[in-house]
Amino acid sequence: MNAGGISWWIVPLAVLGGAIRVSTPFLFVSLGECITEKSGRINLGLEGTLVMGAMSGYAVSYLSGSPWLGVLAAGLVGVAMGLLHGTICSLPRVNDIAVGIALMLFGVGLADYLGKPFIQPAAPQLPSIDFAWWSTSPDVQNALKINELFLIGVALAPLLVWAFRATRWGLILRIVGESADAARALGYRVIPVRIIATCTGGFLAGIGGSFLSLYYPGAWSERISSGQGITAVALVIFARWNPKLCFYAALLFGGAGALGPSLQSVGIHGGYYLLNAAPYILTLLIMILTCSPKRVLVGAPAELSITK
Amino acid sequence: MVEETAAAIPAPPARGTRRLDALVGAAAVEAVLVPVGALVVSLLLFGIFVALAGVSPLRVYGYMIKGSVGSWFSLQNSLTRAAPLILTALCTALPAQVGLMIIGGEGAFVIGGLFAAMAGVALLGAPAPVALLGMAAAGIVAGGLWLALAGALRHWRGVNETISSLLLNYIAIAILNQLVEGLFRDPHSLNKPSSPSISYAHMIGTIPGTEIHWGLVVGIVVCLCAYVLVRHTTIGFAARVTGGNLRAARMVGLPIGRLVMLTCFLGGAAGGLAGMIEIAAVQERASASLIAGYGYTGILVAFLARQNPLAIIPVAILLGGISASGGLLQRDLGLPDAATVVLQGIIFVCILASDSVYGRIPWGGRAAASA
Repeated sequence: MNAGGISWWIVPLAVLGGAIRVSTPFLFVSLGECITEKSGRINLGLEGTLVMGAMSGYAVSYLSGSPWLGVLAAGLVGVAMGLLHGTICSLPRVNDIAVGIALMLFGVGLADYLGKPFIQPAAPQLPSIDFAWWSTSPDVQNALKINELFLIGVALAPLLVWAFRATRWGLILRIVGESADAARALGYRVIPVRIIATCTGGFLAGIGGSFLSLYYPGAWSERISSGQGITAVALVIFARWNPKLCFYAALLFGGAGALGPSLQSVGIHGGYYLLNAAPYILTLLIMILTCSPKRVLVGAPAELSITK
Repeated sequence: MVEETAAAIPAPPARGTRRLDALVGAAAVEAVLVPVGALVVSLLLFGIFVALAGVSPLRVYGYMIKGSVGSWFSLQNSLTRAAPLILTALCTALPAQVGLMIIGGEGAFVIGGLFAAMAGVALLGAPAPVALLGMAAAGIVAGGLWLALAGALRHWRGVNETISSLLLNYIAIAILNQLVEGLFRDPHSLNKPSSPSISYAHMIGTIPGTEIHWGLVVGIVVCLCAYVLVRHTTIGFAARVTGGNLRAARMVGLPIGRLVMLTCFLGGAAGGLAGMIEIAAVQERASASLIAGYGYTGILVAFLARQNPLAIIPVAILLGGISASGGLLQRDLGLPDAATVVLQGIIFVCILASDSVYGRIPWGGRAAASA
């Protein structure tokens, strides 16, 4: 309730710190979805993968005592979810968007079911690196406490840009995403490539989920993700399937998500729920502004059902 | 193998109508057999799942039957839960006719319920028919416009309707929470923020002799109307042509934008009506209790019914039964309450996977063709 002079500059600082914290799951899910979509498939089930990752990461961290083992487990659960999506979508005449919706509901329900025993106990959390040794202000220190997963994500984005452009794997992935017929003519098998791409996407989304339960907000609960997964899928479209742009977009969305809690921390409570919905409203506005019915989106993989 | 492939492709007219009838018959047999088969497979998978959790699958199946249709009480419980599902399924099934995959039933339900509650509070002193009509109109218009927004964005801006309708769900929930905690809050609701309640005299009653509210009848009537609209009117035909082949629809000059807007509005209107019924028959006031997942289960109902409004009615009752049995599974077998959600997820996945077997059941096509 202290709306005095000093507390106002805390808001942008808290938004910055919050953006770094909140953006991490967005970053991982969107990079994963980027890989999947480059292969010509869309996986809307990453919302379910995110929640499953959060649950399994927390459970394994609690049972084993090692949060990094939890992160690995979350990634592997994500691979399993990706395998399920990839395999079912490879059956003839099965729609990938519909399967995504089904796996979203399935993942959330399954995580809820299996995660019941892990709601109460406290699991070991991921460590963070303190970048604010130079400052004595607790607000600055709080904002610049950065989790290692975020740094991994930051490194991953340019790595993916390079991999898509310059490696053999990246080239095969792009061929399959641009034209399944051309890929077949070149002797590449389309379905295995797509399944692997979906599994890789699931791996990253699972890790993004483990960040939710093992760092911020830092506990497993049924409602841990409310749409971060699906927002991240939309973010890939906004980022034009470019991993580097995914990173900036994730930061932007993270900042939008951090706005509500930041304002609340300085005592502004009005519009709390609407501010918390800021990432969804922002996503919708961005999609309205950037999509067009007249032309195909720049950078869209041609095999992608969502842009056809 | 050759014969089977031939059976899957519609026969040319020269072969006579008998062959065509047989094909239509085969398709009808398939339309029932494939979903039922997928249901059986999902129940088996669910059996394996609960067996892994150390519970006997046979006991689970037994309790599910007991908890859904085993007694007059559980049957009424199933039917009461089916009522909103019938309507929220239309949120997905009607836009699906023009080829859109809308999953915004939860948002339409919440927004419809919220605006119906507002109308109910505004009409506190009005006679019951006026108040009920006002609430229904508010719910229908609010829910309809909510999903029409997704349709409009799709048609005029090319925004993917699946993602936008899902985002609209979260935005609707935020609006509900914001209003019942702020402007539209009843100051007397202390520990659980909610809106002021509507007049008790304006509540929808129950069907005589039962505990089931009239919402079930409303849902069934709306579904029948939707079926007639889709299958027996020019508008419905135009919508299905658009959904089947967009290029052909453009070629013959169908008003695609209007069809998209109409089906999305009607779908959302059904969802909004479901929200209004939830307020007027069950909850009396708008609160976070409106967010009960009826919209999401409705998506599954629509897919299981293969987007056919007539099939939605039995499928909604089936899924109402499954969720009604959840309480018993939790109480007597110690399964988490999410068990029925897991089963729903398994059913959803199996139903979608079963899309690939249509036209490939060898004996189905042959038996019907020789009949």
